[in-house]
Amino acid sequence: MSISILKYVFFDLLRSRFIITYGIMLALISLGVAYFSNDEMKTSLTLLNIILFIIPLVCLIFGSIHFYDSGEFIEFLLTQPVSRNTVFRAEYLGLTLALSVAAIAGLIPAIILNGITVSALFLTIISVAMTFIFTGLAFLSSTINTEKVRGIGLSIVLWLFLAIIFDLIIVLLIILFRDYPLENLIIIFTSLNPIDLGRILLLLKTDASAMMGFTGASFKLFFGSTTGIVVSSLAMFLWILIPYFLAIRIFRKKNF
Amino acid sequence: MSSISGLIFSAVFFFALNSFCSATARDLNVCNECEYKTIADALLASEDGDRIIVKSGEYKEHDLAINKEISLIGEGRPEINAELKGAGIVINRSNVTVSGFKIRNVDVNYLSEPAGVRVEYSDNCIIRNNEFENTFFAVYLAGAKKCEVLENKIAGLARTESSSGNGIHLWKCRELNISGNEISGHRDGIYLEFVSSSFIDGNFSNKNLRYGLHFMFSDSNSYSQNTFETNGAGVAVMYSKFIIMKGNTFRNNWGESSYGLLLKELYDGLLEGNLFYKNTAGIHLEGSNRIEMIGNDFIENGWALNALGNSYDNKILNNNFINNTFDISSNASKSNNTYSGNYWDKYKGYDLNRDGTGDIPYRPVSLFSMILEKSPESIIMLRSIIVDLLDAVERIVPSVIPETLIDEKPSFQKRT
Repeated sequence: MSISILKYVFFDLLRSRFIITYGIMLALISLGVAYFSNDEMKTSLTLLNIILFIIPLVCLIFGSIHFYDSGEFIEFLLTQPVSRNTVFRAEYLGLTLALSVAAIAGLIPAIILNGITVSALFLTIISVAMTFIFTGLAFLSSTINTEKVRGIGLSIVLWLFLAIIFDLIIVLLIILFRDYPLENLIIIFTSLNPIDLGRILLLLKTDASAMMGFTGASFKLFFGSTTGIVVSSLAMFLWILIPYFLAIRIFRKKNF
Repeated sequence: MSSISGLIFSAVFFFALNSFCSATARDLNVCNECEYKTIADALLASEDGDRIIVKSGEYKEHDLAINKEISLIGEGRPEINAELKGAGIVINRSNVTVSGFKIRNVDVNYLSEPAGVRVEYSDNCIIRNNEFENTFFAVYLAGAKKCEVLENKIAGLARTESSSGNGIHLWKCRELNISGNEISGHRDGIYLEFVSSSFIDGNFSNKNLRYGLHFMFSDSNSYSQNTFETNGAGVAVMYSKFIIMKGNTFRNNWGESSYGLLLKELYDGLLEGNLFYKNTAGIHLEGSNRIEMIGNDFIENGWALNALGNSYDNKILNNNFINNTFDISSNASKSNNTYSGNYWDKYKGYDLNRDGTGDIPYRPVSLFSMILEKSPESIIMLRSIIVDLLDAVERIVPSVIPETLIDEKPSFQKRT
């Protein structure tokens, strides 16, 4: 039952104007970036900036809009003999898979022009991880708020916080407490933000890592090591799982 | 009476003999079937003005001392294999030429510092067109004057900095010409200490463990048209005055503590028409005064120019800064250097009167590079959105970056 709902949601979304536009827009951006920069590393870094900016924003806002728009469909499904878990899982997976397909399709031009490289692989993984994380957050904010405007507003605030305000806080911390050894604290802090994690992990795969220099060596030591990669993958997984399960808890008890 | 006439006679005789000999400088051939089987034998039999022609083949000899004014010439690239027993050739006399050899396997000895070719307190030597392989020091000039080291190919097997020697090591020399050499796999490619009035031109120094070129206490030298690539820490010019650097290429010196060009305590230098491409820091300026940097290209470096606050009165004119992560960084709140007429790819101004000069001044130090200089941990925020935002805000309302670090007349077009 779950599979058939998932299939329906996935293919319905894949045909939607928004997902197609989103995929084509990403593809055009990556084509442009890859075409105009002659260096594979530079392409990856520019694309990374775009991906870390656009994907969270689109997933959060479109995720919320989609959830509210399919409110009647969900209500209809819940009158049928299917559990709430099944409906929620199908909605979540259908949307994340459709958005992931669009994101990967968006990266394909760059991969064709530059070939399959380690950084391209990383970029793909990061894109998919971001899609899963931020769609989950969107569903969480939509289940918390019954009102559409409030839900979308919360999504935008979440994006602002994770994409900009969080980094600002880190920069301020670094400036204010620069007399203290901050390396470990910064590692913990950046691990708390999926966008920063994605950025640092790819940065260490490119030759920009050489610019980390002497003080950056401890970051490199941590994030470049197997422990670092395991810990940051774990953090990413938690960022997927925690919002998802919180949302499903609320969804189970929700009055329609 | 007879003793005096005898003395005069013998003096005249020896003079005549001497002039006779030098008039008919001989060619001494060395090969398996020749009169001389080893180079050492030929050296022993030679006299001033002779030429020793060594035919191709392998000669397992070491510590060949040249004490006469001769030319040692290899034909068909004969190989001198020191078999790790000592040095290759040691020159103790002026007007000596060594060319056409391949010298291999010089012993490693930290006390005597053996070399492929070593010149000690001699003038006018020429070391040309030799190949060096696994020689601890390849060419070692100590107290030499007016010597030429030309077109040698030097390849070492250096593994660690402390256990390896330099490709071309120059100590206390004057008026040298070091040109067209290819050096790799040593500690420093070319090393100068107490060397003056010398020219270092058209060399290619790559894959050395420490510096491609290393200057210490060497005044009034010029190096131009050299290429320094993928060396451990790039090129270092330190504690020297009146150095001219023109048309060199500093490329791919990329690593944690790597520079294209490190200038430390350097006074009155001229840097013109050099290319800095893909270095962690293009130029690192520390305690260096009155240096003119004119018409250089800084392309795709991490930092194009890192000018510490203890550098005064430097002029940075008409350079191109393209695709660098940071153009200028400085740890000082005031700048004592002049920036003018440079092309900055990040310049967002306009040129209404179309005179090729931007109408509003450009501040090449970004806020993030200032933050980075004060708290290096913030490198973790590299390429974060917040960094671009902060830089944009600072550009509109400058408050942190040094007031005086400014290019009043930024070029609107790329300088050629």
